[in-house]
Amino acid sequence: MRVFFRGGLTSYRALFTWLSPWILIPTFLIGPVFQILFFAYVGRTAGVGSDAFFLIGNAVQYAALPCLFAMGHTISGERSSGTLPLLMASPARRIPLFLGRALPVLINGYGVALFSLVAGALLLGVRLPPATLAPLALVVAVATFGCTGLGLVTAALALYVRETAVLTNIAFGVLLIFAGVNVPLAAMPGWMVAVAEWLPLTHGIAAARQVAAGAGWADVRSDLVAEAGLGLLYVAIGLAMLAFFERESRRRSTLDTY
Amino acid sequence: MRLLAVGWWLQLKVRSRSRFDGLLGVLWPLFFSTTVFLMFRAGTQSAALLSAAVGASVMGVWSATSTAAGGALQQERRQGTLELLVAAPRPFPLLILPVTLAMATVGAYSMVATLLWGRFVFGIGVTIHNPIAFLAAVVVTVVAIGVLGFLIAVCSVRYRASWALGNALEMPVWLICGFLVPLSALPAWVRPISWLLAPTWGMSAIRAAAEGRTAWLDLAACLGLAALYAAAGTVLAGRLVDSARTHATLALT
Repeated sequence: MRVFFRGGLTSYRALFTWLSPWILIPTFLIGPVFQILFFAYVGRTAGVGSDAFFLIGNAVQYAALPCLFAMGHTISGERSSGTLPLLMASPARRIPLFLGRALPVLINGYGVALFSLVAGALLLGVRLPPATLAPLALVVAVATFGCTGLGLVTAALALYVRETAVLTNIAFGVLLIFAGVNVPLAAMPGWMVAVAEWLPLTHGIAAARQVAAGAGWADVRSDLVAEAGLGLLYVAIGLAMLAFFERESRRRSTLDTY
Repeated sequence: MRLLAVGWWLQLKVRSRSRFDGLLGVLWPLFFSTTVFLMFRAGTQSAALLSAAVGASVMGVWSATSTAAGGALQQERRQGTLELLVAAPRPFPLLILPVTLAMATVGAYSMVATLLWGRFVFGIGVTIHNPIAFLAAVVVTVVAIGVLGFLIAVCSVRYRASWALGNALEMPVWLICGFLVPLSALPAWVRPISWLLAPTWGMSAIRAAAEGRTAWLDLAACLGLAALYAAAGTVLAGRLVDSARTHATLALT
């Protein structure tokens, strides 16, 4: 438990090499709000979707930024600080070690998504009925968990490749196109929908839109179960990949090369 | 002029070396242009798709410059070469300007890639009615974006965290410079800000040249603003370097 909480918190504080919290403002507060505004205005120009559609899609998708980047950085940051071999040589159990790093990232991503929802709604004049707020917050939490699972996979790949920022940017872009963030799944070709079904956020965003429109739990249960299930699947894949790449990097002596 | 040309060519080669960066440079503009093309195709204003294709193609130039410019000097700092640049006998701004011009040039690839992606994947054929004016508009816009990047880059001489500024400015400029959304669709108070940004005029010139309208007034405004940015960046660079020396923060990473 100590490795889980203390290790996770220490790793989070070392993220992004920030010494003062103001650095978080442009990245986590200004960035998502402008992504919402940008796509809402493009949607108006293209005559597609509603402001609420783009608000929910982009606010939930922006949880991916901390979830993907911060998880990847937990490995690449250790490498650039020269502490990755020490971490890998430590006798700490790997599951609490890495899941502990995922917890503050998950909370961060959740906070970013909620802030984006509130700020975007105020700026675009989208009214979310009060009765939908609590269910919406829960759906966003499930979607953020799903995305953190994918972040664990990118963290594992960071043991193998050096440019984790490139990797996570690509994952972020794939989610932007495929997860139904700005384009309804119905307007996508069949093969894109098939890919989207296996990505985190797709079901979470769909559920969030339904809940915001007043749907009940029964209507979104299948999407929520799918999102949580995908999150667990990605966590399991991520942990398995971490174990595999740790062994491989020891065998090939590539742990500290970059 | 020779210093600018040699610096630009050197930086262009440096920035073309990484296969990872190259991969992201290829894919990143396509992520956004694909989203935009799908949105316009699904929407009721599909006639605007041609204009959107031109706008989406310029978005990548700004993306390549804004995010990289914010981190350019931080990268020099990490490599331990920032002090050497500051101490060089040449004016500091003339050493930084080629860096951001090279970034904008790399970003110009995304214009070609986006237009080809639109043509072959989405079937959007963009007809350019005035090719000479179009080419001139593209070159001037790329240079103007590079100079705007220079203005961002000099800030990180003094402020180590200004890399975040470049990231944060990516989408605001996409939004308010009329790349995809007409200025008339934005709130009235935003338009004066748009007019102060060179990419607004560059985008307008590119679109005008593509549609066969006169682009020269827009180009003149774009060039004039770029010259203003260069002057402001030069003054700012001098002051910020002095401040970094005074506070002994130049080498702090």
